[in-house]
Amino acid sequence: MDQENQYLEDKMKYSVDKKGYYGQFGGAYIPEMLYPNIEELRENYLQIVEEPGFQSQFRKLLKDYVGRPTPLFLAERLSETYGARIYLKREDLCHTGAHKINNTIGQIILAKKLGKQRIIAETGAGQHGVATATVCALVGMECIVYMGSVDMERQKPNVERMRILGAQVVPATSGSQTLKDATNEAMRHWINNPTDTHYIIGSVVGPHPYPDMVARFQSVISEEIKLQLKEATGEEYPGYVLACVGGGSNAAGAFYHFLDHEAVKLVAVEAAGRGVDSGESAATTVLGRPGVLHGSKTLLMQTTDGQVVEPYSISAGLDYPGIGPIHAHLFDTGRVSFLNATDEEAMNAGIELSRLEGIIPAIESAHAFVALQKLGLSPNDVVVINLSGRGDKDLETYIKWGKY
Amino acid sequence: MKTMNRINQLFARKKHDILSIYYTAGFPASNDTLRVAKYLEKAGADMIEIGIPFSDPLADGPTIQESNKMALDQGMTLELLFEQLADLRSSVSIPVILMGYINPVIQYGVEKFCRSCQQRGVDGLILPDLPMQEYQQEYREMFEAYGLKNIFLITPQTSDERIREVDAHSDSFIYMVSSASTTGAKNSFGSAQDEYFKKVDRLKLTNPTLVGFGISNRSTYEQATRYSAGAIIGSAFIHLLSGAKDLENDITKFVKEIKE
Repeated sequence: MDQENQYLEDKMKYSVDKKGYYGQFGGAYIPEMLYPNIEELRENYLQIVEEPGFQSQFRKLLKDYVGRPTPLFLAERLSETYGARIYLKREDLCHTGAHKINNTIGQIILAKKLGKQRIIAETGAGQHGVATATVCALVGMECIVYMGSVDMERQKPNVERMRILGAQVVPATSGSQTLKDATNEAMRHWINNPTDTHYIIGSVVGPHPYPDMVARFQSVISEEIKLQLKEATGEEYPGYVLACVGGGSNAAGAFYHFLDHEAVKLVAVEAAGRGVDSGESAATTVLGRPGVLHGSKTLLMQTTDGQVVEPYSISAGLDYPGIGPIHAHLFDTGRVSFLNATDEEAMNAGIELSRLEGIIPAIESAHAFVALQKLGLSPNDVVVINLSGRGDKDLETYIKWGKY
Repeated sequence: MKTMNRINQLFARKKHDILSIYYTAGFPASNDTLRVAKYLEKAGADMIEIGIPFSDPLADGPTIQESNKMALDQGMTLELLFEQLADLRSSVSIPVILMGYINPVIQYGVEKFCRSCQQRGVDGLILPDLPMQEYQQEYREMFEAYGLKNIFLITPQTSDERIREVDAHSDSFIYMVSSASTTGAKNSFGSAQDEYFKKVDRLKLTNPTLVGFGISNRSTYEQATRYSAGAIIGSAFIHLLSGAKDLENDITKFVKEIKE
């Protein structure tokens, strides 16, 4: 086989195939009621997002509204502490405080092009809900956000932010009343409003083409890392890229342009909660088996009877019983190493980053920093950590934690 | 290989006014599954759909969600359902369909599931989140080998072209979802539903159709069955079960009120 064919075959290994699968994971396991919506998206999304008109509008908003490119910051005191050259990709500096808005900007332009009039979304911690409410205000579209009533209670400031932005926040009172139930409710709402409504999913989850679409919008993160790293070091490719994984959108974006360069070690950190064996965890690759939830086949925390198990993490954004099918595949193929961090490790890492670099991270993002202790780094290693969000929304959790 | 089973025989014998009733396994009490089936047959239902409880039933409205949750809280599992149905065919002779989400079936093991269905005398399956393409590639052969009919849904948003495709891949009946909605009772259907029922009727499909979602009483039943072979009632029946004082009497009364 010649070199070019080999290259193409390798590339195919990690991107979605024609049927919407990443290896054995993915697909579109949706009831017929959603078929026309999903089919409309599947038929149009690639063509629309590749149009020059779309790209220029998307890029312009990312630059002027979101504040991209976000900086790549050499964290010197952190580097000294862990004996490596550690760069932080500052997604926490995005408008609304996290990477989530990269995706909602892309999807709102897409929704407009599809002629949709209203937007629905699900949210866990509220970051995706805020990012959706924000872009809806920006373009003047009706916005309904489903949020588990338990999450509404523990993320009050974000609920009010969404309301200030003009969104209607609907409590999901079914099941365990958290992110997975909010997702169920959003899908039910879509079933009941199939023609005029677009559903903005916040992570690389859901039926095809959502995982691929969201990953593409978030891929701007790794696109910038390459350019910025080249400028800073003369070399595009770092030794490591680290990111936390709940559903996995920030990790998908941070890994995207490095997937085919096997020399770059990619590390995903899941939330272990109170420990993977404690019964209160969200470490899906440790505790999950292949299953179907929210329209795709992926790794899923579930009982032997196939009932979905409620996950736990101190961080509401990682509190999801599955992971995106792309990550299930990356885990399966071994391309990405999956580690996990307990609540305690993550909180300590968050406080450490605050003290060393003057940056209070979102507790989700703090999980990624725990990997620094576990990788056995050496001084010449170049490490990029995707700092996916800032900690403002988590102040109450930090205060309750107290050990600072 | 296509075979005639109880579902085909029912539709061969009866062209109109077929009443199929859905209820959740293990509801209202865990061991009621078989009892409800017997009472339904005695009361005059033509077919039964037994729901496999799932933690995340995303095509279902609040009533069926609640019954799923109650059944699961009471310890219902697919394993237990097959135990409860061990003697199904010694007391129930009308067609029985299992309806549920695909994940519990995958965890149970697809082939083992098909075998268990065949052993208990289950005739068909409705798995709303198993897409047609997936079914064709991965499941069809196995379902057919165990004599199980797979039933597809169509909705008012389904194109004529896709309805014909569904018809071509069906071998029992087509489940016609009445409107763009999750499951749940409605008081009446509008003219849009009428137009849709008529449109599908005019397509002259090979398979008969049953209308489901939103049928709750005599009047919605009549409207739904005007242009179809019959109708399916779920949420309204679940509602009855959750408040039932005397299961047998209440079920008999419910079926009579719909049929007469």
